[in-house]
Amino acid sequence: MSTIEISDLHKSFGKLEVLRGIDLKVEPGEVVCVIGPSGSGKSTLLRCVNLLEEPTAGSIRVAGVEVTDPDTDIDEVRRGIGMVFQQFNLFGHLTVRENVTIAQRRVLKRGRTEANRVATANLDRVGLTDKAGSYPAQLSGGQQQRVAIARALAMDPKLMLFDEPTSALDPELVGEVLAVMRGLAAEGMTMLVVTHEMAFAREVASRVVFMDAGVIVEQGPPAEVFNKPREARTREFLHRVLEPTRVSETEIGAHLTD
Amino acid sequence: MKLSRRRRQRLVRVAGYAVFLAAVLVVITAADWGRLSDAFFRGDVARGMFPEAITVALRNTIIYTLLAFFFGLTMGLVLALMRLSSILPYRWAATAYIELFRGLPALLVLFMVGYGVPLAFPDREIPGGVYGSVTVGLGLTAAAYMAETIRAGIQAVPKGQLEAARTLGMSHTRAMISIVLPQAFRIVIPPLTNEIILLTKDTSLVYVLGVTPATIELTKFAGDTLNTKVNPTPLVVAGLLYLVITLPLSQVVRALERRAARER
Repeated sequence: MSTIEISDLHKSFGKLEVLRGIDLKVEPGEVVCVIGPSGSGKSTLLRCVNLLEEPTAGSIRVAGVEVTDPDTDIDEVRRGIGMVFQQFNLFGHLTVRENVTIAQRRVLKRGRTEANRVATANLDRVGLTDKAGSYPAQLSGGQQQRVAIARALAMDPKLMLFDEPTSALDPELVGEVLAVMRGLAAEGMTMLVVTHEMAFAREVASRVVFMDAGVIVEQGPPAEVFNKPREARTREFLHRVLEPTRVSETEIGAHLTD
Repeated sequence: MKLSRRRRQRLVRVAGYAVFLAAVLVVITAADWGRLSDAFFRGDVARGMFPEAITVALRNTIIYTLLAFFFGLTMGLVLALMRLSSILPYRWAATAYIELFRGLPALLVLFMVGYGVPLAFPDREIPGGVYGSVTVGLGLTAAAYMAETIRAGIQAVPKGQLEAARTLGMSHTRAMISIVLPQAFRIVIPPLTNEIILLTKDTSLVYVLGVTPATIELTKFAGDTLNTKVNPTPLVVAGLLYLVITLPLSQVVRALERRAARER
């Protein structure tokens, strides 16, 4: 059974159709990286998987459960899906330890000792046991994002969603978050990652999905998509992202006078 | 003669101070201090008000304030959540309530509660006697103001906080209780403290309900003493006792705002 099975997914915000028929499967243990220009619908796709956005039409099954079915207990489904946001979204009024224990206590009904044990284990996984007593505002962006990953992992998810996890970070902090994600992938976690980090996608992804204008333009192993993209739109995007200093004046329609 | 800009500014400033000082001096010298102090600062009249001014009047003022505040806070929270509800009738009801009670004078609402409720429900009464009537009468108005404050506080908590909580499997209610409301209240503590200060002064309206010597508050107590002594010194004493409550509260607000500014 596929971990995620999306078929003919459509999503509109008012008159704007952001997703225009998406079919995508993610198998257990796969790391799927979604790349594409801003506004292509990648984040919306990710947010539909745990129903943070309500699809307009189509079907999404997570571990066999149809999430769009009104009879599905969405809170139950979400427990099995960890999510990491671009803006970290740590709970500002709680310490790092409390951030990692609160959902264990309130949702999984674990006891204090058990929740603390799990929290310590997961903070150790992201290398932040010494920050357990700190508040989010006292941490760097990279540390906050690692806590956010530990918070999600403490719920023992079968699937992790990453929504541009490094886009809000200073360049020198990106590496520590990617290191944690690479470790997770190596442990066999099923991951759906929306990212602009092409090097990460090339190295870690089992499959790369290129989206543009609300549709999947092409997908395949990173070596194929990055080295010999089939579609012109993919080539154009990769050219602009991977070789930004070689984007010519003529291709963007600029007429600079000398 | 042509003045430099700096020199001209200094002249203007000095002239400003001089005018202000002259005005103060005129008021001070023109005022009849003897008569004024005979009227407002009579030591014997002031001393005669104690200890009841504190043990009864100040105490009741504080009790009325706190009762009305917590009634208003609870009701304000419910109204705020109704205003943010996805259920349209809830939003309508809350909006109508807030617009109505924000627009009415507190005195009028207090009067309606004190005399209208007993007429409407002759066999029942608001529990707690005057204390109960004050709680409801002032609380209804306070709730309308606090609802708007709390709503703004909830909306000031970033949307991502609720999303993160829901993503971890919390229900909407659980996420509100554990994640959103604690942060919203932190944001609204300064404006809510202002609300207590306003309520403290609104307790001076309680006299319309008819108070006994046991349930008397500062303003009525001062008014009664004024009548018996035929001297307005009690008003000054009452004013000072109000400041005993409100000035520390203002300090609290300032300290909280400083702390909030640091944390940001």
